[in-house]
Amino acid sequence: MNTQPVTISFDGRPLAAAAGQSVGAALASQGITAWRSTRKGGKPRGLFCGIGVCFDCLVTVDGEPNQRACLVEACDGMEVEGS
Amino acid sequence: MSTVVTVDVAVVGAGPAGLAAAVAATETGARVAVVDAGNQPGGQFWRHAPETGNPGTADVQPHGHHGWSTYLDLRARFDAARSAGRITYLPGLQVWMAQHSGDAFVLRTTAAVASSGATPATVAADRLVLCPGGYDRQLPIPGWDLPGVMAAGGIQAFIKANGVLPGKRFVIAGTGPFLLPVAAGIAEAGGKVLAVLESSSPSAWLPHLRAAAGVPGKALEGMAYAAVFARHRIPYRTRNIVTEILGTDRAEGVRTARVDAAGRVRPGTARTYADVDVVGFGWGFTPQLELPVSLGVETRLDADGSLVGIVDERQQSSVPGLYLAGEVTGVGGATLAVLEGLAAGAAAARPESDVPVKQPAAIARHRRFAQAMHHAHPVPAAWQDWLSPDTTVCRCEEVTAGEITEARDQLGARDIRSLKSFTRAGMGWCQGRVCGFASACLSAGPGQMPDAGSLASSAKRPLAAPVGIGELAAQDG
Repeated sequence: MNTQPVTISFDGRPLAAAAGQSVGAALASQGITAWRSTRKGGKPRGLFCGIGVCFDCLVTVDGEPNQRACLVEACDGMEVEGS
Repeated sequence: MSTVVTVDVAVVGAGPAGLAAAVAATETGARVAVVDAGNQPGGQFWRHAPETGNPGTADVQPHGHHGWSTYLDLRARFDAARSAGRITYLPGLQVWMAQHSGDAFVLRTTAAVASSGATPATVAADRLVLCPGGYDRQLPIPGWDLPGVMAAGGIQAFIKANGVLPGKRFVIAGTGPFLLPVAAGIAEAGGKVLAVLESSSPSAWLPHLRAAAGVPGKALEGMAYAAVFARHRIPYRTRNIVTEILGTDRAEGVRTARVDAAGRVRPGTARTYADVDVVGFGWGFTPQLELPVSLGVETRLDADGSLVGIVDERQQSSVPGLYLAGEVTGVGGATLAVLEGLAAGAAAARPESDVPVKQPAAIARHRRFAQAMHHAHPVPAAWQDWLSPDTTVCRCEEVTAGEITEARDQLGARDIRSLKSFTRAGMGWCQGRVCGFASACLSAGPGQMPDAGSLASSAKRPLAAPVGIGELAAQDG
């Protein structure tokens, strides 16, 4: 697989990833398991279904809100924010 | 305005069923369009690392893939048809609406990932083959909304696509043979599987040995997994469940218990696994029925309690010209999905032909095996007893088991539609895809399974995928 290293940013901090890796995988492999809080209970959420069905892993990517971290492929310079 | 692609046969999905359907349709003489949410062919089952400018799939190292040679064969035929201009491949797109107007089927699509650059297209086709597959069926369990709890298939997809693990120490639980490849894949990728907990018992297979013997390949697969389990010393505990996921901000451990045949917890059998960072659950699969339901196909309940589409021996649904293949006709795995896809694609390409379906006996054998599997690995009848009132059931709208049972008992919400309107369960981002089955069980009552009507109303979604207001406004009807 393509393991070319890229750097994305997560909430303003640089984060190492491999090109083509999902944003969710890049976060999880750095030990970040939650990047969103629920509206009602303020509970932490990260990956759950892993295949784009559950929408638990939503992030903002380059200013575009509500993107599924499990589907978005990491690329160099991508700005990812939790919510 | 999006581009309009006009073809003889449109195929939705590029997993085992969709790839097979596309190949069979084009080789039977049809012009074909394939719409798929993934960025490359394979679906969930044959998910693999990004090919990134390297279309030669032989170079992509698959991670624990079964039937990879079948994939390579279908993929080569698919690529050849694409090069010849006979297949229009539209990756990275999700269908948000399917319509049947006059003699044509029309599919409206949107980019699955906004930043992907995939351009939405509208597909118009004389015949349609739907192969949307399925996803892990889930049951709510106290603590299942903690980060670190994942769908078993999600863990497998993560490994297949990324080549790395989502954690270090795993417990895999639920029911069905699919738990085996998930655990084996984790161990082979270097993760520690502390236990696989199967709620059913191997003796549940005894009445079905005849059906199992009809598909000897499955036994070989099982033996391969047994070898991996032995090599990595993975304990396989039957009649065991996770009763609670422990942790405050993330999964840190699990509490387990032994259960009887109905899934009732046996007192005094509690056990704790500490230092767990990923817990994977799978209770069979839920076929993706929203597109078939939106087009009005007749449905039935399969042996596993899932809502599935009814098809004839040529995979045609009750809607003329609309064919179904793969998990939407009944969860049965990739081998069956390929056989059904080949039959559906050929039939859709030449609907007037009376050429008999190839390999009808193989399809029948695999269906019998799948039925046996469903009977041997049921959702435990007593699962609702595992919940506490504050267990989250609907993860999106954060609706608890207590709120749902109150709506059922005090307000008479005994089907999923009234439950939705009283509690908002199933009305969030995922539109009930994750909690729909469980909510339907809860509204039916303790020990009950939902009927087809309740599941069909859960699968009825005004939009099959989230779509921007701008894209909606751009439609001219």
